[in-house]
Amino acid sequence: MVPEKNNLLLEVKELVKVYGSQCSYCLKLTGAQAERQLCPECGSVVACNRISLKLHAGEILGVVGESGSGKSTLVRCLYFDEEATGGEAYLACYGEGKINILQENAQRKRYLCNYLLGIVYQNPQLGLNFNFSCGGNIAEKLLAAGVRSVDQVRQSAARLLVKTEVPVERMDELPGNFSGGMQQRVQIAKALAHNPPLLLLDEITTGLDVSVQARVLDLIRQLQHQMGIAMLVISHDLGVIRLLTDRTLVMKNGQVVESGLTDQILEDPQHPYTQLLVNSLL
Amino acid sequence: MAIKDLIPQKQAGYNFAFLDEHTKREVRRKILKAVAIPGYQVPFASRELPIARGWGTGGLQITLSLVGPDDVLKVIDQGCDDSVNAVSLRQLVAMTTGIKTTFETGRATVIQTRHRIPEEPLTEKQILVLQVPYPDSLRLIEPSEQKTRQMHAEQDYSRMWVYLYEDIVNWGEITIGARYPVLVHGRYIMDPSPIPRWDVPKLNMAQNLYLFGAGREKRIYAVGPYTQVVPLEFSDRPFQVEDFSGKTCFYCGSKDSFLDEIFNSKTGQKIYACSDTAFCAQRLKIQSAVREEKIVGPGKK
Amino acid sequence: MGYVAVKGGTQSILEAARLLRYFRLKGDAPPLEVRQIQEQMRLAVDKVMSEGSLYAPFYAALALKQAEGDTIEASFILRAYRSTRPRNYISVPADTRQMKIIRRISAAFKDIPGGQFLGPSRDYTQRLLDFNLAEEETEQVLKFCREYLKELEVLEEAPSFPKVVDLLRAEGLLAKEEEIRPQPPDITREALSFPASRTAALQAMARGETGGLLALAYSSMKGYGDIHPTIGELRVGYLPLNIFDAKGQKVYVGQVLVTEAEVIARPEAAKPEAAKRGNKPQFTLGYGLCFGHNELKAISMAVLDRAMQTKRPKLPAEDQEFVLSIVDGIESSGFAAHYKLPHYITFQSDLDRLRFIRRLGEERENGD
Repeated sequence: MVPEKNNLLLEVKELVKVYGSQCSYCLKLTGAQAERQLCPECGSVVACNRISLKLHAGEILGVVGESGSGKSTLVRCLYFDEEATGGEAYLACYGEGKINILQENAQRKRYLCNYLLGIVYQNPQLGLNFNFSCGGNIAEKLLAAGVRSVDQVRQSAARLLVKTEVPVERMDELPGNFSGGMQQRVQIAKALAHNPPLLLLDEITTGLDVSVQARVLDLIRQLQHQMGIAMLVISHDLGVIRLLTDRTLVMKNGQVVESGLTDQILEDPQHPYTQLLVNSLL
Repeated sequence: MAIKDLIPQKQAGYNFAFLDEHTKREVRRKILKAVAIPGYQVPFASRELPIARGWGTGGLQITLSLVGPDDVLKVIDQGCDDSVNAVSLRQLVAMTTGIKTTFETGRATVIQTRHRIPEEPLTEKQILVLQVPYPDSLRLIEPSEQKTRQMHAEQDYSRMWVYLYEDIVNWGEITIGARYPVLVHGRYIMDPSPIPRWDVPKLNMAQNLYLFGAGREKRIYAVGPYTQVVPLEFSDRPFQVEDFSGKTCFYCGSKDSFLDEIFNSKTGQKIYACSDTAFCAQRLKIQSAVREEKIVGPGKK
Repeated sequence: MGYVAVKGGTQSILEAARLLRYFRLKGDAPPLEVRQIQEQMRLAVDKVMSEGSLYAPFYAALALKQAEGDTIEASFILRAYRSTRPRNYISVPADTRQMKIIRRISAAFKDIPGGQFLGPSRDYTQRLLDFNLAEEETEQVLKFCREYLKELEVLEEAPSFPKVVDLLRAEGLLAKEEEIRPQPPDITREALSFPASRTAALQAMARGETGGLLALAYSSMKGYGDIHPTIGELRVGYLPLNIFDAKGQKVYVGQVLVTEAEVIARPEAAKPEAAKRGNKPQFTLGYGLCFGHNELKAISMAVLDRAMQTKRPKLPAEDQEFVLSIVDGIESSGFAAHYKLPHYITFQSDLDRLRFIRRLGEERENGD
C-alpha cells in the first residue's frame, strides 16, 4: 500500500531517551557513526538519539535493528511505559494532531492508551494481567474505554477471540493455562479490543516456535487487512519485517541509519549495516 | 436509667475536645480541602487518641475538631446508640467537652457513626461523620498506596471494573457486601466505609454533609451536600441493595429499614429487627401514641 | 437482647472495667510500686518508651502497671498521653559521638579505638532459670549493690570512643555522612507518604514495634534479601540533648538513654556512570536508633534501613511502603483488636450476597 501524503497518523520528531545523568555531549558522542550508545563523558546510555518517523493511516511501518539499538525503547516511549527525555510526537486523531503527546500529563496519557493506542509486547507477562481471566483481560480495555454492559463486554471479547483464533470456550480461563502462542493471541485480542487506530507491536513473535510464529504473523496480516489499523512493527528479524511491513526504518546505536520501502531496502541496501543485515538474511 | 446518668462529667485537665486547638484547626483545614474535592482522600497527621487505632480514631478526630459548646452529638455503631464502642466514644467526647448528646437522629447536629447511615433522612444542618477502616476502594485490587494514588490521579479505574466483571463471571453477580465502591461527582472512586449497600443510595444528592475519617490510615474525605454519588454498576447488572423482602421488624413492624438478623438466645429462633434503633424507637413511640389516641379517642382529653 | 436503647452497653462496659481492676489485684500480693517496675523491669520500660515514642520512664512504668505488663497496651497508653502534650521545643541535632557509653561493641574488628565494652549484657550468660531470684532478700540485694560500687574504679575523665564507621569513612570504604538538615520532616505532624525520605523512614521505625521490626529484619537476614550485614558498631548510652532557648542560647536539657546500631553491608551494584566518574565501590550503611536499651530493635531497624535502600526492591523487607506501613505496633494492634467489635451490618450484607449467589447457582442448575 502506498500511503497518501495527507493521511499522516503519527509523526515523531527527534525523540530522545537517555538513561542516566545526561550531559551536553551525550547526543553528539553517541550514535551510529560513533558506534556506541554509552556516553564517554558522563556514562549515560543513549537509547534513542533523535529518532524521527512518520506513519500514515492504515500503514505498517517496520523498525529493524539489533537488540539494544533502541527500537523497543522507542515504542515504550510512545506508549508512555518509559518517559521520553526529549522530542515530540503527534497523533492526527488527538488534539487535531497539534499536541505533543509526550508532554501530556499522566491522566491524558492514560486516555491515549485507553482510547487511541494498542500495544503487544514480546513478553505476554507485560501485556496481560495473569490474575484476570483471558476474557477479563480483554474486558479491561473495553471497560477502560467506557463500555458498561457485561453482555456487550462478553460479546465483544468473544468476537475478538474468534478473530484471533482463540477457542471462545476458554474465555474464562486464566492466561497462565495457555501456551505461549495462545497467550500472544490473547494479547493481540486485548490490544485490538478498543479498536485503536494505531497498534504497536514489539517483537511479538520472538521466543515463539517457528510454526507458531508463522501463524501469529498470518493473523497480524489478516487483521490489518480486515481492520486497516496502522501498525508500528518492531523486530530484529528481517524476515518478519519483510512479511509484514510496507516501509522500514533501520536502527543502529539509537539512530535511524536508513529508511524507505521495505522491498527497496531488501533489494538494494545502502548503509553498510543494512547490507550486513540483508546479507545475513540470505 | 436516663441517658444523662450514663454520661460522665466533664473532665478537668484536658483542652475542650481533647485535641489542642492547633491540631483541631489543622484537621478542619483538611476537612475543607476534602469538601472542595469530593471523594478525594486528603492525608492528615492523625493523632493518637486514648481510643485504639481501628476503633474510630479517624471519625473521632473529625468530630472533636468540629464540635462547639452548642452542638448536640449522637454516636452510633451498627445503627445502635448503645453499642459498646458507641458508648465509649460518646463518653470520651462528653468527658472532654461537656456537650449535649442525644439518641434522636433529628435532634443531633453532628452524628458519628460506624457502618450505618441513619434511616431518617438528614438535613442541611446536620453532619454525618463516618469511621473508616480502609479509605480506598482500590485496595481491593492494589495493595500499594503509592500505586493507588497514581491510579486515582489518572482516573485509571479499569482494573476495578475488571474486578467487578470477574466477580460476575465467577459467581453470576457482584459479591461485594458492604463497602460497595461508588463514583463521586463523576471523578473519584470512593470507599463509602463499610456501610451496607442499603445505605449507598442515601449518599447521592443528600442534603447533609458526609465526612469520612480514617485514623489509622491517616486520610479524610468528604461528600458535600447535593453531590452525585453512584455505585459502580453495569447497565445490564443493576446495583442491588440487601433483600429483606417478606421480612419485618420484630419490634416495630417496619418493612423498609435495614434489618439485623438475630437469634433469640433463649429460643434459638431467628427474628429480624431494625438495625437503626433510634428509628425503631421513634416508630414505637408514634405507634403507642396512636394507640393511646384510639383508646382515649380524639379530642376527648 | 440488649436492644431497646440504654440497656446493655454502658452498664456492661462499666462492669467489665471493674472486673478488670479485680483481676489486676486479686491474690494477696501487695500492689506493685511504679518505682519497682521502673528500676527492675528496665527493659520493658525502655521498650514502652520507644514504641510509645515518649521518653518518660516513670510514665512508661505506670503504663506497664496499668496494662498488667502488656508492652503493646502500655505503649498505646503512653502514645495517647503523648498526644495531649504540647511540643514546645525541638532539640538541637544530637551527635551520638557525645554519648556516655554504657556498652559498645563491634563485630567488624577484633579491637577498636577505645576498646570493646561489654557493659550490662546477658549475651554470654547461660540462660539457666535462676532459682536464687525466687528468694531475693532486700538486705542481700542492698549488700550486693554496696560492695559492687566499692569495687568500681572511677575514671577521672570519661573516655572518648571514636566511631568505627568513621575509620572506614576515613579510608573511603564507606559513603560520607549525610548532611544534617535543620528541620527534618515530622511524621507525627505530616502523614507519611511514599516514597518516604530516609529521615521519615527512620522515624517510623524508631516508633515501630520491636517484634514487628525483628520479624521483617529476620526475613532479610534469613535469605529473603541479600545485604549480608555486619555490626559495625552497637552502642548503648546516654545522649545529651540541647535546645535553643528564646534568646537563641543553647541550653542543656537532659540526657536520654538510647541504643544505636550501625550495620555495614555489601555495596549496591555500581552504575556504569558512577564507575565512569572514578567512584570505587563502597560499603553501605544501615542505621538504627531507638529510645532505651533495646538492642534487637536497633539492629533490626538498621538492617531494614539498609534493605530498603535496595534500588530495585523485590522482597518484603526491601519494600519501603510495605515495611513502614506495618511496623507501627499501636496501629497494627489496634486494628487486629478492632475485629472484636461488632460487625453485624457488614456480616448481614455478606450473608445477603452469599444467599443470592447460591440462589443464582441453584436456578442455573435447575435451568440446565
